Amino acid sequence: MASNYQFQNTGRDLQKDLLGHWYKRLEDAPKTGTPVAYLFISGNICELLRCFGFEIVFPEVNALQCGIKKVAGNMILKAEDLGYSSDVCGYVKNDIGLVASGNRGPFGTMPKPDLLVCNYSGCNTYIKWFEALAELYGARFFMLDVPYRRTGETMRPEDLHYVVKQLEQLAQVCAEISGNKFDMDKLREQLEYARQAEELWVKILHSAKNRPSPFDAFFEAVFFMAPIYVLRGTKECVDYYQAAWNEIEERIQHNIGPLSEERFRVVMEGPPPWPNFRNFWELFKRWGVVSVASTYSKVGGIWDFGMRHDPSRPMESLAEYAVNCYTNWDWSLRRSMLERYAKEYSADALVIHSVKSCRAFSVGQADVREHFSKVQGLPTLFVESDLADPRYFSEAQLRNRIDAFFESLEHRRMASRQPVTAAPTKSGSAT
Amino acid sequence: MNGATDHFWEKAQRWEELVEQCRALALDVQFPTVQAWKQRTGGQAVGCFPVYTPQELITAAGALPVNLFGARGQIDIDHADSRIQSFVCSIARSTLELGLAGHLKWLDGFVVPSICDVARNLSGVWKHNFTEGFLFYMHLPQNVDSDAAKTYYRGELERLCDCLSDKTGRPVAEAPLRKAISVFNRNRSLLNELGARRSAQPEKWPSSHIYAIVATGNVLSREEHNALLERALALGEASLRPKRDAVRVVLRGAFCEQPPLELLEVLEDAGCAVVDDDLQIGSRFFLEPVAETGDPLNALVEAYLHGTVLTPVNNPGKRSRNDDLLDRCKKKGIQGIIFASPKFCEPALYDAVLLRRAAERSSLPTLEFEYEEKMSVFESVRMQAETFVESILFFS
Ligand code: SF4
Ligand code: SF4
Repeated sequence: MASNYQFQNTGRDLQKDLLGHWYKRLEDAPKTGTPVAYLFISGNICELLRCFGFEIVFPEVNALQCGIKKVAGNMILKAEDLGYSSDVCGYVKNDIGLVASGNRGPFGTMPKPDLLVCNYSGCNTYIKWFEALAELYGARFFMLDVPYRRTGETMRPEDLHYVVKQLEQLAQVCAEISGNKFDMDKLREQLEYARQAEELWVKILHSAKNRPSPFDAFFEAVFFMAPIYVLRGTKECVDYYQAAWNEIEERIQHNIGPLSEERFRVVMEGPPPWPNFRNFWELFKRWGVVSVASTYSKVGGIWDFGMRHDPSRPMESLAEYAVNCYTNWDWSLRRSMLERYAKEYSADALVIHSVKSCRAFSVGQADVREHFSKVQGLPTLFVESDLADPRYFSEAQLRNRIDAFFESLEHRRMASRQPVTAAPTKSGSAT
Repeated sequence: MNGATDHFWEKAQRWEELVEQCRALALDVQFPTVQAWKQRTGGQAVGCFPVYTPQELITAAGALPVNLFGARGQIDIDHADSRIQSFVCSIARSTLELGLAGHLKWLDGFVVPSICDVARNLSGVWKHNFTEGFLFYMHLPQNVDSDAAKTYYRGELERLCDCLSDKTGRPVAEAPLRKAISVFNRNRSLLNELGARRSAQPEKWPSSHIYAIVATGNVLSREEHNALLERALALGEASLRPKRDAVRVVLRGAFCEQPPLELLEVLEDAGCAVVDDDLQIGSRFFLEPVAETGDPLNALVEAYLHGTVLTPVNNPGKRSRNDDLLDRCKKKGIQGIIFASPKFCEPALYDAVLLRRAAERSSLPTLEFEYEEKMSVFESVRMQAETFVESILFFS
């Protein structure tokens, strides 16, 4: 009954409001004379830039929005008309298409950058992307070179030191462009807000260990995660996660999840196909599939293993965060994360959605399939499409593969429940 | 393969003969010279993925650096498909295939630099699939103008030294490192000399020939390759080839995965004199000789941060790729630019767009196409190249 659910849909609705306001501020930046920096999501150092009063545009989020609003296809074609190959990342092409459209997208008109901060963390394509924007806008380009995280449990001090030194240089550039002085207290205050939001976000992520899981850690998490990546370090972001947590807590109390019945728990690897997001989700919903953990929700940063921003170590913790986003981890770390998720979240299967655009994410996923299906003995489904380009989404093909996979999983489950002597029965219905 | 007299380049009497033998060696996926070197010296062979790795360190450790440029179209992809998806460049898949199909049993270690997302992930797949031998992932700094990059990169070099000495049981000492730097400097100067002669007399020094000569450096020690290059310079000078009309072009995009040799021949047949290119660019990565005095690691750091050619995978810092290309064109009297990118190679494909815009602003004609390591049909490229040449000859 409605009265029982005080917080229903809070996570989704509030997120929409927050992003709406943020986009409005971005659109107004030229009028208010606010300096504008462009930044990538993965391991982003937005707190440092906000210290200098920058409004921050995340071109990846614009590309994602174009995907969801189904204009990505057109944007991508515009970039291809300018000479971009059909084989390069759809996010980049989407953004180039936006530039060619006067920077006008479904979210409004984006301001031009005063500074492009290429926080190269986990994706070399980032460099190529901002090199292009630097040329097209004639904007200043700062390379924040973030080494790949290669080792096991500990981070390499050399890597962190290198990033910290560059952050100090970046602070000087920011002061020069914005005309504002660096304010350490302001940075610390933001990092404290970041820490609080991260605590709440991790509680939400961990809640998927419940049975049924109160939320879908992939299909819902992609909405829940937006504020922590784009508005982290603000009070409104903390408030958002408090509200979202209230909703999740309420779901736990009522023992409900995203679907009426949770039949399969899966770990999801790979990004969603934004232009066909709903259809893709439907293909899983039909089988009662709930994602209990996902790697895409860690694409901007990995907090669920303990990392937090730390106001007492401002630059160091910014550097640690920059190093620790999912695609900046090498495959041995990524594999062990998947193994851990499968175990800790009691998953029945691993689903790999391999997207052509994003080689940072996808190259080597076939090897992961081999590892999980053959070595770990975890049923693994491997499907392919794209995160931005609707031309690569073949619904019929996906449906066939998904249906075949869960059907066989269901058979296996039934077989294991039946006594060995039982006579063969008709197969269960698919819905 | 004991004495120096066994070296084929010493026996070759004519340029064509040398080129033929170099070509056969460059395409041989059994890596005969590497296996022979190992047998002869008892040393270790360390694979290097393009574009650039500091091979002076490997040489100084007493090991043989071997450039792994994929299978050059010589084998089918049977096993690698189950590890790396099909929408990925050929070099990553075919290098992995070489390993999975057992062609790299001689390999004692593999150094993979941070050139792109594919190489980065290939390093992880490699580590997972090959437990024998080391895998060293090397972060080549991108923020080249930052002082912090100096310290950082020096640390990366030291780390590689440690890894090599663990493996070889021999520390990378200063004296052998200095010697290696000097041998590599000599190698680059001979390669540059070949390039200069080609630019002066392209009909006498066809790119498809030079390519094979340069490619043997991937599987020979640098000293041997220096000897081969000296022989090549002498034989090439003595060769007689008729002068022919051709347009002077630069080839861009082939800095990592290599095109089939036939592609170069097709371009030449169509009337292109390729007088500048980025083929196998790692062997000519530094514009100036690396300092042979002072601290050798610092010399390599300095050369990497401030004196490299510009490729799509190293951020130019304060320099500009557009200006660099246009300057080269001016200096070498280039009439047209060919952008040849490996299929699915994002760094090459992104750069081609920007460089092409810059070329067009300077009214330089351009031609763009993609290639694959294993492509075997060249008709479309041939037609495009012929039209390109005609348009330059008749309309420019
Ligand atoms: S390659 Fe992947 S991580 Fe990089 S910009 Fe494209 S979608 Fe983003
Ligand atoms: S060919 Fe291009 S994409 Fe492939 S490994 Fe080389 S640089 Fe990377």
